[in-house]
Amino acid sequence: MSDASREAPRPRRVTGRAPGEPHRVAYLFLLPGLVAYVVFTLFPVVQTVRLSFYDWDGITSKAWHGLGNYRELFGSSEIRAAFGHSVELILFYAVFSLAIGLFLTALMTHFRVRGLMFFRTVLFMPQTIATVVVAQAFTWIYDPSGPLDAFLRSVGAGSFAKVWLGDFTWALPAVGLIGTWISFGLVLILLLAGAQRIPQELYEAARVDGAGFVREFVAVTLPGVRNELLVAATLTTITALRNFDIVYNTTSGGPAGRTEVPSWLMFHDAFEIHRVGLAAAIATVLTAVISLVALGISRFYTEARQ
Amino acid sequence: MTSRLDRYSTYAALGLFSALAIYPLVSILFLAFHKKTDNVTGFSLPTTISFHTFTAAWTEGGFAKGMWGSFLVAASVTAVAAALSLLTGYALGTMRFRGSGIWFNLMVLGLIFPYEATVIPLYYDFQDVHLSGTYWTLILPQIGQSISLGTFWMRAVFLTTPRSLVEAARIDGAGSLRILRSVLFPQVRPALLTLCVLVFMYTWNEFLLALVMLQGSNNTTAPLGLSYFAGVTRSGDPTKVAAAAVMVALPVVAVYLVLQRHFIRGVLAGALKG
Repeated sequence: MSDASREAPRPRRVTGRAPGEPHRVAYLFLLPGLVAYVVFTLFPVVQTVRLSFYDWDGITSKAWHGLGNYRELFGSSEIRAAFGHSVELILFYAVFSLAIGLFLTALMTHFRVRGLMFFRTVLFMPQTIATVVVAQAFTWIYDPSGPLDAFLRSVGAGSFAKVWLGDFTWALPAVGLIGTWISFGLVLILLLAGAQRIPQELYEAARVDGAGFVREFVAVTLPGVRNELLVAATLTTITALRNFDIVYNTTSGGPAGRTEVPSWLMFHDAFEIHRVGLAAAIATVLTAVISLVALGISRFYTEARQ
Repeated sequence: MTSRLDRYSTYAALGLFSALAIYPLVSILFLAFHKKTDNVTGFSLPTTISFHTFTAAWTEGGFAKGMWGSFLVAASVTAVAAALSLLTGYALGTMRFRGSGIWFNLMVLGLIFPYEATVIPLYYDFQDVHLSGTYWTLILPQIGQSISLGTFWMRAVFLTTPRSLVEAARIDGAGSLRILRSVLFPQVRPALLTLCVLVFMYTWNEFLLALVMLQGSNNTTAPLGLSYFAGVTRSGDPTKVAAAAVMVALPVVAVYLVLQRHFIRGVLAGALKG
């Protein structure tokens, strides 16, 4: 590193470029981080894709399997169902939390509120809690002797009380609502950051034109937070697609596979039933879907920015 | 002019959602302050202010080890990733060199990859080099992943530093390392702290890697320890699981409450600049 500072001025003299443009020394600064990233993130992604073309139990030697794993993946009703569950979870993680975030943003831009810092601190809190802890909290809330069923009984709706996480119909929505809980504060804070940049005159003009709460939201706030909305949609959708921790720690995919998601199947196949190639194929498809969502939305985002 | 009623209903809505955001945490905190024999149902208030459940969970779940493991991993990842990101961000944010755009895009690509995309080969690679079950298997991959976020973040920060400062220092004969240390570092320090806070939080809370990498080993992390402890203890005594969950969440919550501006600013800036 001390070599770097000694050598720094040299290229300037050789190339005669303006002071302030050392170029070769930049690689010295870039290299350590780049190497760590390539070795421990980028290269393993490539390896995952490669493994997805093999049949392997993790112990004996690998056998070339061509597209066999992918054929099995798309042919298996269990794996297809898991991807379907992910789509359902997007409804809870992304759509519900965006709806709540938009509703609160509309309220908070229409009626100036005090104590914004306080509300931000509280509403952002779920983002900081370890997902394993969140899973424990909700396992208790959904427990037959937990707060939710107790609440239902206390308001005379005891017939709705059930073992939420063990229920064929309700397990997946129950897991999804955990996602809504994790996400909505983040969404709100993103949207509020966008709303703060909307010029106050736009609201005044809208009010002069006699716009009510709804018109004001549609005409001023919504276009003003469009970029933030796209970012929030990307982040929450990606969280919904990953979602390993919550499923593993609440339902473990049960009851009878009703809450199996791709990342859980990936773990199960690779490390519990030792079908490493198939697990790699699931991981590859999952990563491809996440990349498409991220790239697709960032495309919209740049267009909207221009 | 908005009516008083409208204003109150706004506060009511905000209050309701704030309560919902905090309730699950309060519910396990309350549960932890019960005795097993209370046979807790629903949302009962604490019956005891003894820390018995906490001490019992701490010993029975072996949380001293898990907390230490998490601390070791999170501190190492944060220190190394922050240092390396400081350097990559410096290069990409203040210097012009061939391929800088390509390198940047390549590194930011890592923001998309979940651990699901890397954990399978990483597990077998570490087995090949005889590191299975050690904390290296958590530290190294998380350094790699955090550098994506860190490079993205620090480059943006360096881009906002005034070029005139750098040029003046260079004319005075300062080398690149000297400029970073004495001229730019004081300027980017607050942003670097934000990055550290975020990386520490993500690393402390990480679960999938720990579950895969530490299987069959004596080493553990706080979230992994909690997951095992809940698995074997919940049906017997949910109050102890609740106490354990509170303890695992506590370090990050404490840091959050002290440095919350850093958290919110970091997540916002990280998300919106993309």
